Amino acid sequence: MKIHEYQAKEILRQAGVPVPQSIVARTPDQAAAAFRELGGSLAVVKAQIHAGGRGKGTIKTRPEQHGVQLVKSAEEAESVARNILDEPLVTIQTGPEGRVVRQVLVEAGCDIARELYLGIVVDRGSQRPVLMVSSEGGMNIEDVAAKTPELIFREPFHPDAGLHSYQARKLAAKLGLSGKSVRSAEKFMRGLCKVFVEQDCSLAEINPLVVTGSGELLALDAKITFDDNALFRHPNLAEVRDLSEEEPTETRAEQAGLSFVKLDGNIGCLVNGAGLAMSTMDLIKLHGGEPANFLDVGGGANVEQVTEAFRILLSDEHVRAVLVNIFGGIMRCTTIAEAIREAYESVGFNVPLVVRLEGTEVEQGREILATSGYNIINADDLTDAAKKVVAAATAA
Amino acid sequence: MSILIDEETRVICQGITGKAGEFHTRGCLEYGSKMVGGVTPGKGGTEVLGLPVFNTVSEAVEATGATATMIFVPAAFTADAILEAVDAGIPTVVAITEGVPVLDMVRVYDEVAESPAQLIGPNCPGVITPDACKIGIMPGYIHKQGPVGVMSRSGTLTYEAVWQLSNLGLGQSTCVGLGGDPIVGTSFIDLLKMFEEDDQTEAILMMGEIGGTAEEEAAEYIKDHVTKPVAAFIAGRTAPPGKRMGHAGAIIAGGKGTAAEKIAALQEAGIEIAESPADMGAAMQRAIKNKR
Repeated sequence: MKIHEYQAKEILRQAGVPVPQSIVARTPDQAAAAFRELGGSLAVVKAQIHAGGRGKGTIKTRPEQHGVQLVKSAEEAESVARNILDEPLVTIQTGPEGRVVRQVLVEAGCDIARELYLGIVVDRGSQRPVLMVSSEGGMNIEDVAAKTPELIFREPFHPDAGLHSYQARKLAAKLGLSGKSVRSAEKFMRGLCKVFVEQDCSLAEINPLVVTGSGELLALDAKITFDDNALFRHPNLAEVRDLSEEEPTETRAEQAGLSFVKLDGNIGCLVNGAGLAMSTMDLIKLHGGEPANFLDVGGGANVEQVTEAFRILLSDEHVRAVLVNIFGGIMRCTTIAEAIREAYESVGFNVPLVVRLEGTEVEQGREILATSGYNIINADDLTDAAKKVVAAATAA
Repeated sequence: MSILIDEETRVICQGITGKAGEFHTRGCLEYGSKMVGGVTPGKGGTEVLGLPVFNTVSEAVEATGATATMIFVPAAFTADAILEAVDAGIPTVVAITEGVPVLDMVRVYDEVAESPAQLIGPNCPGVITPDACKIGIMPGYIHKQGPVGVMSRSGTLTYEAVWQLSNLGLGQSTCVGLGGDPIVGTSFIDLLKMFEEDDQTEAILMMGEIGGTAEEEAAEYIKDHVTKPVAAFIAGRTAPPGKRMGHAGAIIAGGKGTAAEKIAALQEAGIEIAESPADMGAAMQRAIKNKR
């Protein structure tokens, strides 16, 4: 689960990790008031959306307005907020349609001496969370990793022990920090590692992490993602979830216990199992088609859930044909067949449907479909299924 | 022989009184696995499917001589259940449960790795040695005894591969689902070692997927240590970066873990690549033929 920058900073603030002073604004008036309250001679107005690249991104209807801008007066804060609020911001991560900005963060300007990078992820190699730092702050860390991997330094830590002080000092030395910045770095790094563990994060990223003129470390930006599997023990996080930032069909699928990712093609896919679902998408593409989605109905889904899956697929106006590919293990082919029947009765298929069934209760499942009288294109194996659905989508 | 489990393996189910635990214990019994009991805290002394239920894994091991366990407890308690099985000295621990918080697995990983136990999973379909023992949720009937060792990060994709193998007359020695999470107990390399040493296994089929670097590491290992023919398929060639494709592990982050990179590394190691998921069985056939 993703959250906004202002929410991530609030979590850091509460944990004692230094962040600049800032105030959230939902109207231009609030932005002006925020500037006055911060009391400085300059501030930064930052669009709040769940996507990166905001500084380079532009407002769709007003290409000269970027998603992050320095302002020098309350009036300027107000006019920038007016340009940004309730408008779609297009960045390299949002796609061409952009994301509507519902709030801006007005943040006190600070005296920047250096910009660093700091991130925490769970590393599969060391089976530990690992703190990564780099002197190349503000840059895209993937580019740094690709071009100058020697400029990234890592320290793994155990969740229960946390990051040891000496590990923080080691990293501080690698970053060339000295004097009081070392103590500041120690506090910052250990604090962030603690947040990562306590909140069950899957990613915590501070880019840039700035060193101020007086040698203090400050999180100028903050990105936190939580482990979805651990949300059950953080009921408070439900409050910071912003559903308007999520794809509505993905949220709907999640509520039905389905794993769904919307894509740009026109062939709807309904598959059981993540690996088989990915492979089915690959196969469609191999035969010249474009999948409209990734959809894993899982093993334990019942007729109702699978019927909801069909409703979600069919609600996408780009879908020209649907492929059902099921290899029943826990999932019974009869469940799928009954859900197809249910979907026919309650929704109706306005596009061709190709079905490939194999595994548990396959004979009974095929029997249900054969005697249903519905117009279903049967497929014998994977390749047959892919060819038939691509042909059907092209003809439609 | 086979790896990990055979007809002598004595299996208990942790979480046997739950719906999924009971359902799949029945499936394993029907397949012919030697299910000898179950564990649910607080339900000791009762019976499920005619099998005795114990309060702790230690008690179950003492009473039944169990050598393997199948874990179906809810995600919040899975890490603890794994440690309990390891503590009781069970050599093969198979965790089926999905949705385990990743930091829970981080917390138990070292203790499991340092123990003699082999953990499979979590979030996996389990392990099967055809016609001998099934521990997990896979449909038994698609399997056939034979020379191919199968290992995979995904469940249903493994069924698809096994089905293709069986239809081509290629049986399996043992099939193992590693699990789709970022941190799992057994790696491709662990299994490659076992399959290489196993007499029955003459060839190895592996199914990887996008995300992480497990496939690249396996390729490196195969180049230096595996003499048996290997074929591989990588799922997720067309998956967009940054989107989690169902498995917590299946996500391309920062341009790393793409299918193209993995396929290049595997080809470099002389591994036969299945170009499509429909080609997995045939790719195994080609690899065996080329090696002869």
